[in-house]
Amino acid sequence: MRVNWKTYNSGKFFDEIISSPGYARKPARRLASYLRSLTHEELQQKKTAAELAIKTMGISFTVYSDAGNIDREWPMDIIPRLITGSEWNQTSKGLQQRLEALNCFIHDIYNDQKILKDKIVPEDLIMDSGNFRKQCLGMKPKYNVWAHICGTDLIKGDDGQFYVLEDNLRVPSGVSYMVENRRVTKRTFPELFADDYSIRPVADYPAELLDMLSSLSPRQVKHPEVVVLTPGIFNSAYFEHSYLAQRMGAELVEGGDLVVEDDKVFMRTIDGLSQVDVIYRRIDDMFIDPAVFNKDSVLGVRGLFNAWKKGNVALANAPGAGVADDKIIYTYVPEIIKYYLDEDPILSNVPSYLCVDRKQRQHVLENLDKLVVKPANESGGYGMLIGPQASKKELAEFRRRIKADPRNYMAQPLISLSTVPILGDRVVEPRHVDLRPFVLQGDKSYVTPGGLTRVAMVKGSYVVNSSQGGGSKDTWVVDDA
Amino acid sequence: MLLSRVAERVYWQARYLERAENVARLLHVFSALQLDLPKGTKLGWQTLVQITGHEEQFVEKYKQENERNVVRFLLAERNGISLVDMLAFARENARTTREIMPTEAFELINGLYYFARDNAEAGISRAERNEILDQIVSRSQQIGGLMAGTMSRDEAYSFVRLGRSLERADMTTRIVDVDSQKLMPELEVEDAEPEAREPYENILWMNVLRSSSAYQMYRQHVRERINGEDVVRFLLQNEQLPRSAAHNLTTMTKVLRNLPNSNKVNWQVNKTRKLVRDADVNRLLRRGLVRHLDSVQKEIAQVHFKIADTWFLPGNS
Repeated sequence: MRVNWKTYNSGKFFDEIISSPGYARKPARRLASYLRSLTHEELQQKKTAAELAIKTMGISFTVYSDAGNIDREWPMDIIPRLITGSEWNQTSKGLQQRLEALNCFIHDIYNDQKILKDKIVPEDLIMDSGNFRKQCLGMKPKYNVWAHICGTDLIKGDDGQFYVLEDNLRVPSGVSYMVENRRVTKRTFPELFADDYSIRPVADYPAELLDMLSSLSPRQVKHPEVVVLTPGIFNSAYFEHSYLAQRMGAELVEGGDLVVEDDKVFMRTIDGLSQVDVIYRRIDDMFIDPAVFNKDSVLGVRGLFNAWKKGNVALANAPGAGVADDKIIYTYVPEIIKYYLDEDPILSNVPSYLCVDRKQRQHVLENLDKLVVKPANESGGYGMLIGPQASKKELAEFRRRIKADPRNYMAQPLISLSTVPILGDRVVEPRHVDLRPFVLQGDKSYVTPGGLTRVAMVKGSYVVNSSQGGGSKDTWVVDDA
Repeated sequence: MLLSRVAERVYWQARYLERAENVARLLHVFSALQLDLPKGTKLGWQTLVQITGHEEQFVEKYKQENERNVVRFLLAERNGISLVDMLAFARENARTTREIMPTEAFELINGLYYFARDNAEAGISRAERNEILDQIVSRSQQIGGLMAGTMSRDEAYSFVRLGRSLERADMTTRIVDVDSQKLMPELEVEDAEPEAREPYENILWMNVLRSSSAYQMYRQHVRERINGEDVVRFLLQNEQLPRSAAHNLTTMTKVLRNLPNSNKVNWQVNKTRKLVRDADVNRLLRRGLVRHLDSVQKEIAQVHFKIADTWFLPGNS
């Protein structure tokens, strides 16, 4: 049985490919009719071939479980997602604007604290934040940039507009899968490239990343030594760490490979010690240096923080940058943009309620079964409450938590995420998606064309995290040919 | 600039890969040898376990040293010794050095591991064993070829070659260590006449050569009919044969020129090389071959320790 768009129905949700049963949106028409031109067997063959390619290419991620850590094949649905070039150009500007403002904010927080003195952001919100690092006060990193790599989570609402769901300024991951998804799609649907669509390429991300990282080097040398610092093979994003190192031609180092002498960082090589200029660290702040942060950390390097503070090595992202990706600070980002850039935000936030505010908290507690509640600084979808899907017991538990620690919680209405078709075993069906583009800022800034689309593979589900059964899609930014 | 840790993983990845290939070759040859023996005669499969040096682990687990048990033990069992586990280790080392190896190399190693994992169990019975082992050997060769054809001749590649050469030299000294008396004990009992054993001795040596892909080369180089003395000399001392002990030790001395601080390792490799090349095989075959090979293997082990000492241990500044 061939794909039948007439029986495809996303109900009340905004579908990005099919506007109403049987009708594809304009940019998606060629994709929709191409999919329809294939027999069921041909489509299933392509699906199997893509799965096999992912397995032999070794595109994997690690799942933690009681039975140990398992290296799993990366889940990808073969039907691509489409975004038009003009829509993306605007979104891309919004992302750059946002990161620029956030970097001004972080720099201000660790230096003059003007925004606190002007009472735009309440001072105690910062001082109580789990991501504020007082050790960073007074630090002035190159270009005054702290968050060099940002993964911004976007969703599309019922109106088909992008909204910012959260900013990930610590160690956002997923970009390697964005690049690899494209590689798999090229193998799967070579017919669609060039002939039908002009698709913006994503493969140069590692080169852009290397340029940005190199621009951070304290030493003025032609080829600064750039390394990727990984917690090691058991980390869920290890594939990505090694992938990026390989594609950049940088060394992939673990804590034990580095040593600090005279506030300079060196790596142990077969030829002895060799100085390091820039560290793209994929380890959380708390673990980078046992002398300053978590004393039990074996992942980090003793003395690293001081080497950074003395300006002998660059860290990307800088320690303390996470102060701006706290979910409470998120609600202030529109004001932050106005304050530093004197511009209106190009991208909107999802409306949010702060539990620390008495009136808003009251609203949250009264409507808990309709809202999504998020803790200030968890990631990966952990510690969240999805009100409409929660049990009475879970609701009661969150009511207690919010009252006990209001600073740590914010709530948002359950936004209807847009849908795109996935290829099931029998038919194509709508599933909810989000999008994580990656934004770079160093001496200049850069946004990936598209990003990583994550898709909730379970019908009706909003949970897109790969650690919790989510999948992914190749994302095409298409220009009119 | 090669990290010490990465150098170590690249080196072990090459060793594990080579070891897996060698085990596949050995199993292949023994399976063929079995078919050449008179009906009802059983091959001494325990010899294979001895060659790989894991008698203790084998005896702990199995009562009978028969074909099925030995093949299971060396091919499919997840015991940290079997071919499948060698490939699992090779893959793990490749996975943790992906940033410096050619992408295709990882993909091939990864594919080979999955192939072996999914097919090893079927290889325990004779019907499919040859096909599976052939695939493993030829895919290993493909990986070596890909690396040779795509990798820069940098330090990482030097460690690939060091690992591979050392493993080959080691395995070849183990293979020539086979004892025909133990391998074909029943022939001994059935017929005490030495002449009756002779055709089987020849088959044995022929298969020993085959296990190293050296049969044709032997024919071209030696031109003698196959006999133990020439085979042992050929496999140990011939400089041209790519799987001979001498050739691989010589290769190592060349590779070492590209690596920093290689004096101690070089000294040890040359010591081992001299021991191999200067041996009087004719005399050793009459007496003392086993002891000689033991001491060669000990020297080879020393080469490894010197390599680890020089480049892998942290704090080598």
